[in-house]
Amino acid sequence: MESCNSNCCVQCDAEVVAIVDKCGRTECNLIPILHQLQRSMGYVSNEAMEKVAAELGISVAQVHGTATFYSLIYTKPHGKNVIRLCDSPPCHLQGSGAIRDAITKAIGIEPGETTSDGNFTFETVSCMGLCGVAPAIMINDDVYGNLTVDAIPSILEKYFACCCKEGC
Amino acid sequence: MEQINVTIDGIQVSVPKDSTVLDAANAAGIYIPTLCHMPGHKPLGACRVCLVEIEGGRGALQASCSFPATDGMVVRTNTRRVHNARKAVVELMLSAHRQDCNACNRTLNCELQAIAKRLGIRENRFEGEMPKRIEDTSSPAIVRDSSKCILCRRCVEVCQNVQTVGTLFAVDRGFDTVIAPTAKKELAEAVCVACGQCVSACPVGALYEKNHIDRVWDAIADPDKHVIVQTAPAVRVAIGEEFGLPAGSRVTRKMVAGLRRVGFDKVFDTDFTADLTILEEGHEFLNRLTNGGVLPMLTSCSPGWINFIEYFYPELLPNLSTCKSPQQMFGALAKTYYAEKMGVDPSKIYSVSIMPCTAKKLEAGREEMSVVDGLSDVDAVLTTREAAQMMREAGVDFVNLPDEPFDEPLGISTGAAVIFGATGGVMEAALRTVYEVVTGQTLENVNFEAVRGLEGVKEATVKVGDIEAKVAVASGLSNARKLMDLVMEGKADYHFIEIMCCPGGCLGGGGQPIPTTDEIRKARMQAIYAEDEGLPIRKSHDNPAIKALYEEFLGEPNSHKAHKLLHTHYTPKALWPTDVPLDEVKSK
Repeated sequence: MESCNSNCCVQCDAEVVAIVDKCGRTECNLIPILHQLQRSMGYVSNEAMEKVAAELGISVAQVHGTATFYSLIYTKPHGKNVIRLCDSPPCHLQGSGAIRDAITKAIGIEPGETTSDGNFTFETVSCMGLCGVAPAIMINDDVYGNLTVDAIPSILEKYFACCCKEGC
Repeated sequence: MEQINVTIDGIQVSVPKDSTVLDAANAAGIYIPTLCHMPGHKPLGACRVCLVEIEGGRGALQASCSFPATDGMVVRTNTRRVHNARKAVVELMLSAHRQDCNACNRTLNCELQAIAKRLGIRENRFEGEMPKRIEDTSSPAIVRDSSKCILCRRCVEVCQNVQTVGTLFAVDRGFDTVIAPTAKKELAEAVCVACGQCVSACPVGALYEKNHIDRVWDAIADPDKHVIVQTAPAVRVAIGEEFGLPAGSRVTRKMVAGLRRVGFDKVFDTDFTADLTILEEGHEFLNRLTNGGVLPMLTSCSPGWINFIEYFYPELLPNLSTCKSPQQMFGALAKTYYAEKMGVDPSKIYSVSIMPCTAKKLEAGREEMSVVDGLSDVDAVLTTREAAQMMREAGVDFVNLPDEPFDEPLGISTGAAVIFGATGGVMEAALRTVYEVVTGQTLENVNFEAVRGLEGVKEATVKVGDIEAKVAVASGLSNARKLMDLVMEGKADYHFIEIMCCPGGCLGGGGQPIPTTDEIRKARMQAIYAEDEGLPIRKSHDNPAIKALYEEFLGEPNSHKAHKLLHTHYTPKALWPTDVPLDEVKSK
């Protein structure tokens, strides 16, 4: 990962302080703080985690350990659109393996990877609470359940980067 | 406190209202196996070995370490269902545990092994994929081996909350979980003070000291080497535990005999240079006090504490005494004073120390710890456990050894030196000397009770001549942090502060026999003070060998020569070195 230039760090620090102030400056608010940071910065950088630790008076190891526990919190930059495929047992039994292959076929990357144009990050996650509509994926905040292999291309189509001249 | 009644396996006990089921079982004298539980710490509930049945509950087995006892509760610990569940929990742990028990440094002192035996586990039912092994040998003091780790998080508890260093935490999730420094960095790249409290807390062989045994055997086997050893104060009241003796057994002279049997040419005492430390540090303190130097002065014997202050309170480095630790003073003298006295080339002297400590290994390797060009002052540092291991390898029957005295002159010491091994001891020893130096009068009662005991922070005011000296003592780095925060805020008007990195002082060090509990700390502490009482001389400045050292070699305390050999400097360390991107982690 590229390291921050000092200007960016100042901004990042100010952002962290603002979010910590908003969520509450206590250890119990660590998870909401991480969510807010991700919302505003796209992911939680190491610099941001260090600042959060300093603000809350806890160790960086604790912030990092907490962030890495949750698959929905990113500690690395990711693509513009994040495809999350559940691979917990209920989805697995309903055929999430075939869905995974279909997604890989459509966008050319394996789980854990980001497309070279930065448009998609594809990952497998633990249960998202969508077992009732297994197999399920989430793309950003959108939920898609009762999936079939055939449905994948048309779902993904909406998220392909626009190639028209206007650059919409 | 309100009492409640709980029935466990048909035995009724009355326990305080805030008890857990495990507390109640202990009160009823019923054994429940535990791995993640540490008495005196908040329940972790991580390992699930302590499962019990609660009558009338939802039917699920509960972890007794964290399940609150309630009035009228009926608990069963001895049922087929409990047996099977506990067994399955331990078998699952074993399925992810590299079971090379014969080659493990914790064999026969491993809690997992003991519980597997106790639960009657006789086969590996769940063989399968093993988590990726991370063996981290980067630190000069501590080795991590994730293939032995059972993820109980006891090391995390002591690192985060007892020591507030915050190195270790669980990273990632599920099968990938690993207890590691931030971003799975290696220990050498992480903020770690090398105190070894994690080693002490580890129930298995996932954390242990960097082995120095082999290099010491090599030196002993080398006919060109004159191999000398120094033994720290806290070792003599603990090493007996390695041979089955009760905690607090005083085995100083057996230890000396044992080390001779191992093959050391001379067996000396770190207590000799502990006395020397008092002379140097006492005079440094008086000098600061009378000449407007930086106060409060902070003690500098504990290398884990030195690492801590370099990382977390670099602003306070001017407060730190410039005195090297007794181990390093000894090393410096071994290669100068002793070499001269014996007519031995310093390069032929191999100096070994036996320490209750893992951070001492790191300290001995600091580049400034070399008074003779190209030579380390201390060549190898053995923990108490390693010293006992060498005796076992040498076939020493420790318990039946005769009593033998230390060699002279570097084995002559006083009661003031031996109490260095307990929290408050350096302060008490310093006060004994400072009092007599300042007043010129004999101190009749040498016992300063106010600075003794296991309490985390102690303070006292002592009248030394015209001066009302305000002193404070802390052990355990969370307590050190409390005092340093006060100093930083300008809210502390102490003159002199003693800090020991490990709770209870060196007697509870990370290199001591495992386990170390508060009860064991107390027993070792009693033994330390009994050693002090039993010695004919109890003030450092009365040590005849120290007097001779100054007359023959050093001149006077804080002389130019003393400064050159016995004092040092400190370096602020960066807390979170952002120039090393956290993602670029070497993993093996």
